[in-house]
Amino acid sequence: MSGEEHRHGGGPFSDIPDYGLDWLDASGPDSGIVLSTRVRLARNLQGHAFGLRSRLNDRLAVLNQIQTAVPSVGALDGAEVRVLTDLENRMQRVLMERRLVSPDLLGKADEGPHRGAAVVLPPGNPVSVMVNEEDHLRLQSVASGLRLREAWGTMDRLDEELGEILPFAYHPEFGFLTSCPTNVGTGLRASVLMHLPGLVLTKEIGKVLQGLGQVGLTFRGLYGEGSEVVGNFFQVSNQTTLGKSEDDLIDHLERIVRQVIQYEQQAREVLLRDARSVTEDKIWRAYGLLRYARSLSFEELMNLLSGVRLGASQKLLPGLRVYSLNKIMIFTQPAHLEQAAGRELPPTECDLHRAAYVRRILAAEGAVISDGDDPDPSPAPESDV
Amino acid sequence: MSDESQQPTSPKHDPKLCQACGERPATVHLTKVTDDLVSVEHLCENCAAEKGVESPAPPANFPLSDFLAQMGGGEAGAAKGAPPEADSSAECGYCGLTYAKFRETGRLGCPHCWVTFETQLRGLVRRVHGSAHHAGKVYLPQDPTAADRVRRLESLRERLDRAVDSEDFERAAEIRDAIQTLEGR
Repeated sequence: MSGEEHRHGGGPFSDIPDYGLDWLDASGPDSGIVLSTRVRLARNLQGHAFGLRSRLNDRLAVLNQIQTAVPSVGALDGAEVRVLTDLENRMQRVLMERRLVSPDLLGKADEGPHRGAAVVLPPGNPVSVMVNEEDHLRLQSVASGLRLREAWGTMDRLDEELGEILPFAYHPEFGFLTSCPTNVGTGLRASVLMHLPGLVLTKEIGKVLQGLGQVGLTFRGLYGEGSEVVGNFFQVSNQTTLGKSEDDLIDHLERIVRQVIQYEQQAREVLLRDARSVTEDKIWRAYGLLRYARSLSFEELMNLLSGVRLGASQKLLPGLRVYSLNKIMIFTQPAHLEQAAGRELPPTECDLHRAAYVRRILAAEGAVISDGDDPDPSPAPESDV
Repeated sequence: MSDESQQPTSPKHDPKLCQACGERPATVHLTKVTDDLVSVEHLCENCAAEKGVESPAPPANFPLSDFLAQMGGGEAGAAKGAPPEADSSAECGYCGLTYAKFRETGRLGCPHCWVTFETQLRGLVRRVHGSAHHAGKVYLPQDPTAADRVRRLESLRERLDRAVDSEDFERAAEIRDAIQTLEGR
């Protein structure tokens, strides 16, 4: 089947190009376990009230300053400043589902975004800048797999360039000043989105998460602060932002994430050694459901996708690319489905469209050849892939 | 933690008495982690205050709202050993935020609030982050003083060493350029 009409950068999404989706390609190191790496910096400008207490003239002045600065910033070459109030509600939600803007920036459901709320999106560059959120500027850099150094380097360059043009609020003792004291100092939050089904299935996850707290890290669900853990996806990030250098925060997070990767790999080995047939059965059932289901809620999809992702990264589902699974995660969210359909979709209809999209992507992946009826679980021959 | 004493705890010390003055009862137990070494200091409130430790509240891993509730005037705030109540009616001269309002929302109003409420915030950030001293990048203000330049240069040189150590030569070259530009100014 050739029906990949939802390819990013084309079709119904052409008015919002690939922004923020480069990480989907699963090209980064350890992308079987780590989906993406994100680094963000909180920055504020002198002379203006912060988000919650800002007045319209503060927000417009901040927006004006960033709009004026963008053309002289190399790291934002060709960037567009998208003012949220100029975008349709659905497009606002598409940006949120791509995690280029936060739910807070979209404002309350009945009010919509504040005037002055915007996002700076340079094409072909994995950075973005949220304007007039809780802090005046939230710079973000995203990379595929575990690439903390790289994402931090990108962020650092953008920060240096912007800081030369814009007057950042800075205090010699407290560092970069922020609206919330939990972000002050470096303003840096680095997070790594990990898929940890092995640790969940072997019931080791509790210990690992507890351990994270003891070494100054924290975890959240897929959608950041306050979100539930779905599909065994965990976002691991630094808890504190003050008292350590950015390099130290990044190195510490990387060291611990590497340990968690190792634990996850060990857990997967245990699963495949001690419960291979049960595990394989779960993975193939999940694949079968995704491949043929006619209706899927987002939560059910995420849980099935977790099994299939495990199968794909352990080569139990030969020929299935992690890239396609990443794409499914993004393009089956409600606003993306509505955008593709060109109209609003009530929840039940959304579930039908979601299942149809998943079927199309999996069909386009071609045949996933198993060892069939062979009770001896030897890997599928290469030529079948 | 650079601002706090690195003295290891003597194993013979009686934890009931303040380790600094040896007279008053120790009510503040400060656990510090420096690299892989964990040390505990037992201090009375007076000596703790002298060292800049304002409250025996537990360190880190606490939601901000809990910290703020502890600092508030409610029952939690009246708990034994809570810091003396800050002047809640003090107001930021720029945005008009009061400290009481900050405790409600957990968000400051503007950069100037950090100066207005500096004393209270120093205690708060120490409890949240385990330190009240920025150790990251040094920002060069647009109208820098000689001291700003020196601090920025020191920070850049440290970052240069680190980039070289980690064989990130591309970054090292960029930092070297920044140093030369700053020295040439």
